[in-house]
Amino acid sequence: MAIAINGLSLGAIYALIALGYTMVYGIAKMLNFAHGDVIMVGAYIIYTMCTFTWNLGSMPIWLSSLISFVVAVAVCTILGIVIEKVAYKPLRGASPLAALITAIGVSYLLQGIAQLIWGADQRTISILDRLGTVSLGDVVIKWSAIITVVVGAIIMVCLVLFIKRTRTGRAMLAVSEDKGAAQMMGVNVNAIVSTTFAIGSGLATFASLFYLPITSVSPTLGAMPGIKAFAAAVIGGIGSIPGAMLGGVLLGVVEVVCNSISAVASYTTAIEFALLIIILLVRPIGLLGKKRRVKV
Amino acid sequence: MAEYLLETQDLGISFGGLKAVQHANIKIKKGQIYGMVGPNGAGKTTIFNMLTGVYLPTTGTFFLDGEELKGKTQEQINHKGIARTFQNIRLFSNMSVIRNVMVGLHNQPQYKCSFLTSTFRLPKHFRVEREMREHAREILRVFGLEEERNALACNLPYGQQRKLEIARALATNPKLILLDEPAAGMNPQETADLVRIVKKIRDEFDLTVLLIEHDMKFVSTICEELTVLNFGTVLIQGDTETCLNDPEVIKAYIGG
Repeated sequence: MAIAINGLSLGAIYALIALGYTMVYGIAKMLNFAHGDVIMVGAYIIYTMCTFTWNLGSMPIWLSSLISFVVAVAVCTILGIVIEKVAYKPLRGASPLAALITAIGVSYLLQGIAQLIWGADQRTISILDRLGTVSLGDVVIKWSAIITVVVGAIIMVCLVLFIKRTRTGRAMLAVSEDKGAAQMMGVNVNAIVSTTFAIGSGLATFASLFYLPITSVSPTLGAMPGIKAFAAAVIGGIGSIPGAMLGGVLLGVVEVVCNSISAVASYTTAIEFALLIIILLVRPIGLLGKKRRVKV
Repeated sequence: MAEYLLETQDLGISFGGLKAVQHANIKIKKGQIYGMVGPNGAGKTTIFNMLTGVYLPTTGTFFLDGEELKGKTQEQINHKGIARTFQNIRLFSNMSVIRNVMVGLHNQPQYKCSFLTSTFRLPKHFRVEREMREHAREILRVFGLEEERNALACNLPYGQQRKLEIARALATNPKLILLDEPAAGMNPQETADLVRIVKKIRDEFDLTVLLIEHDMKFVSTICEELTVLNFGTVLIQGDTETCLNDPEVIKAYIGG
């Protein structure tokens, strides 16, 4: 039971990050390897804002934490848009490889800046952990894990509704299908790409908040969840939104289950990536990826 | 109000040393159905690409309703009133038929709906969505596609996909619609139906039509005036019958 909840909660975190990868890939046709570092920036903003506002002591802790989180979402959303405008937009016509290398560059740039501002020390902060635990019978579950699962599920439902049922969502789908045709139907492609980066980075901030209880804040915080979420997006079928969710949850559950079995615990990461390789061997387009028919 | 809805002045483009189109002067009156014909590689689609902002002309310029549109982006040109279809169909193939049309409706001012309104699903969001859906159905009705509205675009038969492309372009509320080989791959019955539809949308939606077509029977039934292109230059312009019977045109086409 505890394993199930913890697995789902880690899975929800991976899924939220994987959504950012998959949406950006679907629309801008590029792999945004700086996505993991947006999570790191989000975590630092939450950390800084929380320690600052808690020390002021003028507000109840839940309120100042909430404000800190909202600020972090806003900062990361803007950061996402700025990264796209400054680093990726000028390369939109260039080869995909150029954009990929730039993304890796942006990733290291963000890590470097974070190290300059906050130093390389690991810091810890407990926000959701303050809520403590709940015991059902003889199992003890962290509230933070339950909140992660519930909020993660709500966000994903909202996202699917947003894409299926709103004009912006429809325009996003249209751009991902055929950018040129969408443009000629009067869709503002630049605005759609910006929106996509904004949504992806906003979701990443949620991942930061949920990730804080199980990690410490450091400039390389984003690297591991970033790469795992990318694997999750690929397992699910990159470009597919339900795929990212499925892949994320799958990877999270596998990780927690492996960690709980002492015989294989030290091989967890290896097992996860072996899973990636096996799934790709059997189904190269990922679990829910769309087959692209190539016309001859 | 300008005399001509579309006027190109000395429009031309070179790719490196290749002069793909030179000195194209085309004048189309409001409400006309105007044809552009010529052998493969004559520069017809290249002209469409210049008129829609895909290519920037190297010489000359063009005006829609007296307003110069050269140098504007594809999206701006669409907002100003030029919509198009594509030679090789470019529908959003994994979206339903009605959603394809709704993407076309995307930028009509009455359907503007802020990001926040949509995110928090305020009543306005539902009203706008309902109106868009209704509007899209009306457009599909004109094309006889209303029954298929929930099918995926890629599952439609070829002829209907061509019609859906026109419907989607029409949804952007253009003044001028550019049709790139609308009858290609259609059987005689579908072509006859297309003639009826093109005339109908011209009358009902107050449109002007510029089309590229190789089917000479189609061209002679529907087009009032023609421009015949060959090797990137205008061979002859004028009313359809005169153009099609011109010895130069016959020579260019048949090579006789």
